[in-house]
Amino acid sequence: MEGFTHLIPFAAGHEIIRQEIKQLTLIRMTPDLIYDQLIGAGCAKKLIFSWGGNPGVGSLHRFRDAIEQGYPFPLEVEEHTHAGMAAAYQAGAANLPFAILRGYVGVDLPSVNSRIRWVCCPYTGETLATVPALRPDVAVIHAQRADRRGNVLIDGIVGIQKECAYASAKTLVTVEEIVEDLRPGCVNAVILPAWTISAISVVPGGARPSYARGYYDRSNAFYIEWDTISRDRHRFQEWMRENVLQPASNL
Amino acid sequence: MIETAPEILFSRLEMMQVTASRRLTNEDICIVGIGEPSVACNLARLTHAPDIKLIYESGTLDTKPDILPLSIGDGVLCDNALTTVSLPEMFQYWLQAGRISVGFLGGAQIDRFANLNTSVIGSYHQPKVRLPGAGGAPEISTGCERVFIIMEMSSKKFVEKLDFRTTLGFGDGGNHRTELGIRTKGPLAVITDLCVLEPEAETNELVVVSLHPGVELEQVSDSCGWDVRFCHDLVKTPPPTDLELEVLRNLKARTETAHRGGNSK
Repeated sequence: MEGFTHLIPFAAGHEIIRQEIKQLTLIRMTPDLIYDQLIGAGCAKKLIFSWGGNPGVGSLHRFRDAIEQGYPFPLEVEEHTHAGMAAAYQAGAANLPFAILRGYVGVDLPSVNSRIRWVCCPYTGETLATVPALRPDVAVIHAQRADRRGNVLIDGIVGIQKECAYASAKTLVTVEEIVEDLRPGCVNAVILPAWTISAISVVPGGARPSYARGYYDRSNAFYIEWDTISRDRHRFQEWMRENVLQPASNL
Repeated sequence: MIETAPEILFSRLEMMQVTASRRLTNEDICIVGIGEPSVACNLARLTHAPDIKLIYESGTLDTKPDILPLSIGDGVLCDNALTTVSLPEMFQYWLQAGRISVGFLGGAQIDRFANLNTSVIGSYHQPKVRLPGAGGAPEISTGCERVFIIMEMSSKKFVEKLDFRTTLGFGDGGNHRTELGIRTKGPLAVITDLCVLEPEAETNELVVVSLHPGVELEQVSDSCGWDVRFCHDLVKTPPPTDLELEVLRNLKARTETAHRGGNSK
């Protein structure tokens, strides 16, 4: 499930929680509130990530509780830097076994993540870091719109969604609306052709409390409020019952 | 919190933000972290460096937000940017390729050689506190020509030994950074709410070069977890000007109103 602080597929994540799909290996550069909810709901076995906080607010408390206290389940982590993860998705999309980058130099991450390794450049002799390609079984993304043929448009902060979609065996997309003509809204629009997409579902507001540029704004107030809701296990469960588990009151 | 300087009242936090903003120039291309770095960089843009190019790691190039973003990817950053690029382009064509002159970083812990920890307090596998992790910082610190660190000073944060080295400063000190094959300069200053520290020539150990108005030597020593040294020609940091304070306070007031209203635009 990707979306770098924009177009985060909350509605799709909530459906995973309602269907009680468990033992998932979750991959996401910035786990954000949606993975905090999936982890707190007990859906996750492992997390591959590069920055696990509530942006501008502080901690992801359910993520912390799982790592620090093993609640509701212990969470295995595979941790990278943003640069490493972006490169790993790109390698996956390009059908390469690994990605090369100038990164991870002089720091402790390679000592706790044995999947970060090194190669010697065959041309210059320079030592470069490698990370294995990410090849998820399923990519879940939220997009602004699709046309009737199933072509998908994302604009604004386009993040890593194209690489994530092309790296994955299947790609599921929720969209704000279906339109006759995609009418690129912004000069940096990314179009994912229909034949690269497995399924599309129309879910207006499917990224809330994140945002969809051109449709609605990020609810910064909710991101701040989440700190209080998620801090306490019972308050979190109560919130999930009222806002996620009872389908009628979908966010 | 309030300091008395000639005719102007300001907080230590404001002193830190203003001092940090002064390190930036009009020619800089700066990658901005959320929080204090974002305050300092936008203050610079709204005062002495109107042409500075601010880049947030969400891919927004040359952005001019009218309020401070809460997250790295708020809509306000994208709508006010020259263009927005994908994350592989951000980290490879911009950061890794050396197209960014200044990086601004913060952290939960810093050591005497300006290495940073944003990963864990306690052991990695059984942490007392799990922090967010690396994000873009390790490659910002090695990819940008210069790095500035902005952090409030306390002995909990300025530690003898990091629990985890998330981001490289000068490593074990001396030439360690260059021996690792890194060609960029690394952290050139650590700006705190009490003073400014800079790496000493040759050892690359952080020493205090400037004390903020109203701050005593002892306060700095007590707020540092290692036996911090003061440089011979220690100076007093110039206090914020009326203009700097006015711009800073207006920016914060606009931001506060927008965030509490749940609207990022």
